[in-house]
Amino acid sequence: MAASKTDPAPGIESVDPGELKAELVAKYPTKVGRKRAKQIVINSVDECGEVPEIGANARTIPGIITQRGCSYAGCKGVVLGPTRDIVNLTHGPIGCGFYSWLTRRNQTRPDGPGDANFMTYCFSTDLQDEDIVFGGEKKLRQAIREIYENFRPKAIGIFATCPVGLIGDDVHAVAREMKEELGINIFGFSCEGYKGVSQSAGHHIANNALFTHVVGLDDTASEGKFKINLLGEYNIGGDAFEIERIMDEAGITVVSTFSGNSTYDKFANSHTADLNTVMCHRSINYVAEMMEKKYGIPWIKVNFIGAASTAKTLRKIANYFEDEELIERVEKLIAEEMVEVEKVRREVESRCAGKLAMLFVGGSRAHHYQDLFAEIGMKTVAAGYEFAHRDDYEGRAVLPEIKVDADSRNIEELAVEPDPERFNPRKSEEALSRLKAKGFRFKDYDGMMAEMASGTLIIDDISQFETEKLIEKYKPAIFCAGIKEKYAIQKKGIPMKQLHSYDSGGPYAGFKGAINFWREIDRMVNSKVWGYLKAPWQESPELTATYGWE
Amino acid sequence: MKRADYVSTTNACKLCKPLGACLAFRGIEGAVPMLHGSQGCATYMRRYIISHFREPMDIASSSLGEKHAVYGGGPNLKQGLKNLMTKFGAAMIGVATTCLTETIGDDVPMIIREFRKEMEEAGDGPGLPSLVSVSTPSYSGTHMEGFHAAVGAVVDQLCAGDLLCANSEGKFVNLLPGFLSPADLRHLKEIVADFGLGCVMLPDISETLDGPALEDYEKIPAGGTPISGIKRMGCAAATLEFGRTLEGGATAGMILHKRFGLPLHQSGIPIGLRETDAFFKALEQASGMKTPEKHQSEKGRLVDSYVDAHKYLFGKRAVIYGEEDLVIGLTAFLAEIGIKPVLCASGGRGGRFASCIEHVTAGLLETPPMVEEGADFQKIEELCQELAPDLLVGHSKGYRLSKKLGVPLIRVGFPIHDRFGGQRTLHAGYRGTQMLLDRIVNAVLEKAQEDSAIGYGYM
Repeated sequence: MAASKTDPAPGIESVDPGELKAELVAKYPTKVGRKRAKQIVINSVDECGEVPEIGANARTIPGIITQRGCSYAGCKGVVLGPTRDIVNLTHGPIGCGFYSWLTRRNQTRPDGPGDANFMTYCFSTDLQDEDIVFGGEKKLRQAIREIYENFRPKAIGIFATCPVGLIGDDVHAVAREMKEELGINIFGFSCEGYKGVSQSAGHHIANNALFTHVVGLDDTASEGKFKINLLGEYNIGGDAFEIERIMDEAGITVVSTFSGNSTYDKFANSHTADLNTVMCHRSINYVAEMMEKKYGIPWIKVNFIGAASTAKTLRKIANYFEDEELIERVEKLIAEEMVEVEKVRREVESRCAGKLAMLFVGGSRAHHYQDLFAEIGMKTVAAGYEFAHRDDYEGRAVLPEIKVDADSRNIEELAVEPDPERFNPRKSEEALSRLKAKGFRFKDYDGMMAEMASGTLIIDDISQFETEKLIEKYKPAIFCAGIKEKYAIQKKGIPMKQLHSYDSGGPYAGFKGAINFWREIDRMVNSKVWGYLKAPWQESPELTATYGWE
Repeated sequence: MKRADYVSTTNACKLCKPLGACLAFRGIEGAVPMLHGSQGCATYMRRYIISHFREPMDIASSSLGEKHAVYGGGPNLKQGLKNLMTKFGAAMIGVATTCLTETIGDDVPMIIREFRKEMEEAGDGPGLPSLVSVSTPSYSGTHMEGFHAAVGAVVDQLCAGDLLCANSEGKFVNLLPGFLSPADLRHLKEIVADFGLGCVMLPDISETLDGPALEDYEKIPAGGTPISGIKRMGCAAATLEFGRTLEGGATAGMILHKRFGLPLHQSGIPIGLRETDAFFKALEQASGMKTPEKHQSEKGRLVDSYVDAHKYLFGKRAVIYGEEDLVIGLTAFLAEIGIKPVLCASGGRGGRFASCIEHVTAGLLETPPMVEEGADFQKIEELCQELAPDLLVGHSKGYRLSKKLGVPLIRVGFPIHDRFGGQRTLHAGYRGTQMLLDRIVNAVLEKAQEDSAIGYGYM
């Protein structure tokens, strides 16, 4: 794949991306069109791997049907949602809590009947008129007492919704007070929905509070010779279970996952790991950065989506530990796993190669799932993130250039210093230089664009109108997004794979996950069902609203 | 631990107010719902509605940020309306507020008046869609209050008082069904048509949220109540409005009654014999026609199956939960077939729930069932420990309780996101009642069969 990066993606010669972009932008009012023009980029990767600049992490235009959610969704729904034994208490009217009530299909595996699992619960202060007028803090305190009485959790997180910030309720003050009163850890998140431009703000807020209130509380040395944390893996469809299986077999200990299949105690103990591995760069890089500064734990970017990527990631982790036995064990494991993987890959490739895919989802999935498609010969012709920043597109090298705007400034950046007692650089200066000399890269993320072919389209925060146009022009074999887009796209006769909730499927991570995913894509793009629902361009060039079977 | 009256809500049995408004707006032809607030509300509600209907559901947002929360959201709302007009060609935009904009006190009707004036001054007046706004603070009432408020706002803002009605229009009724499934609405329209009556059903999600596969995807799905029809509602022969808790309230039906003097027939959701009889009787009155043979036969078969089912169902204890009016309709029906409703629960706090339950069960039950307003599933679960129900009747959120209790859950209403075809669940009319009855009997039989070690294949 690497060799073709600078060549145009084959199979899309019929579409001129420049013309398409002009057409997309022209349909908007002038001011809106100017803004969108920055967020719609025709990819070009030069010899040095340089890519063009893209507009990202900017406010959504009102009245455009966006894929994006809010700060609360990123904080409570995404980052804290998958932790089973922290009670997540939504402070606000009922909707926010209800809509984030285990809707992301995060899985968890309690250790036994005695192990708490609150993920199937939805806790809310359910604010009413009088609380908005007179303040909701009293109700919040009472709700916390009730939860403590009924459930005796190890910790309670309080999540602020839009009206809470506006009426001046101080969730942090209440948290401190109740922590004192009840003697368990209680912490607040100022993740009001209007903060920031998308759920990305909520990820950052969640990272900050976890780092401040939980990480580092338990110094018990974790067991194992090769200890890592897995950051930015949320165990949708059991992804984390498959990664845990691989790690177990490789003899690598996962101290804590942020936050798939996670527990409070594991977060508290996570600073005893010797390496942080980052899956979803967008949602969790803050914790990785802060743990490096405070505890001396280096971080690397990893990717368990795709069989070859999983193998590459395992080798990278083994090389970090510079242990011959581990390196050998990892090689043996990869060789064993690849037998079945390769068999299925070839079979599916024979039916899928050459077909086109589009991915518009998340802050990392739209990038990493391209590997899975590439392995079965499918080409990604357009992709984009819902809520990513420029570094997720252009790579971390662009970080110093990113302008801090008013929306970003409202999200706190924690000032982190090395911990006087716990700071312990896991690698000596000498070891670091040795590794770097061998080409080992720390804090490395080159972003989505460097790995996509020139001439492909990169669209940030895609709107529904743009989605329709893309489908019409490229006629992809599959489109990947979320449930909001699913049925609109499938009415056009295009299979739509959900990469948020996996359409009840999964796992798709690791070796077994790759097999699952390919089988699923094979079923979807080669199903006969689409034949009953002809897409407009398949039969009549004139668009008419007639029934598919007429 | 024995439950006191908690102030917190654990596992809610209600959704938020703007969601109901968006659902109602979606049932109007060419309409796009829009939420004035943070964009997360639109995203959350879309994904929730879509997971039930498995259909596209667009809700636009004015996407307010921190700055707008301080200085007001007017400019964003206007920009959003404009973009929606140009990109979607909406015939109507229904704007519902959220807790953010209600808390900061944005005056949406005023912003919309300004917008209209600005557009007219710019010469864009003729292309303006109908603009309807409704106040739906999520901290005041449930999704059902939001739904009814939106229907009321549509009637109030689109039905002008100075209406000239021509006889050539033909005789028609207004039907305000409340929040029923698309399958229910299709059936209701069929019934009204069988009486030779025209019908303006508001809202009508029968096509917009359960649409066919088309060659050409439409930005705004076909179907929904035509706006031209809404504007003529004042010319109807009568208004039929479902929902016992609505009686006497300032509903859409009441607005039409007061503004145009239209006769208003308020009745329960037609589930079960008696509530369905009342609906047919109202149609007989409005049309001057007897119930057609087809429906009399359906009723006859239903009564016959009541008798057949009785031996399986008599004395079974049921817990019914969900929206107040749906629970009232279901309870009226369950009491008719010998089931003993032991608990009727709703997250709503309309204030009329208990008296309506008492009314529809009077004469059928020795003691009326326990009624819980403002209930959540924690409370329902605690009550179930003593009530020992044989079955639960309600939406998908009761699944975990049914699993814990080891009793069947009959899925009805909204949301149903752990089964297929929630949008095609038929509850209403003799036909809908028949389907519910069959499902309930079979659930009881299946449970008995599974619980038996012998393996009876003949029940």
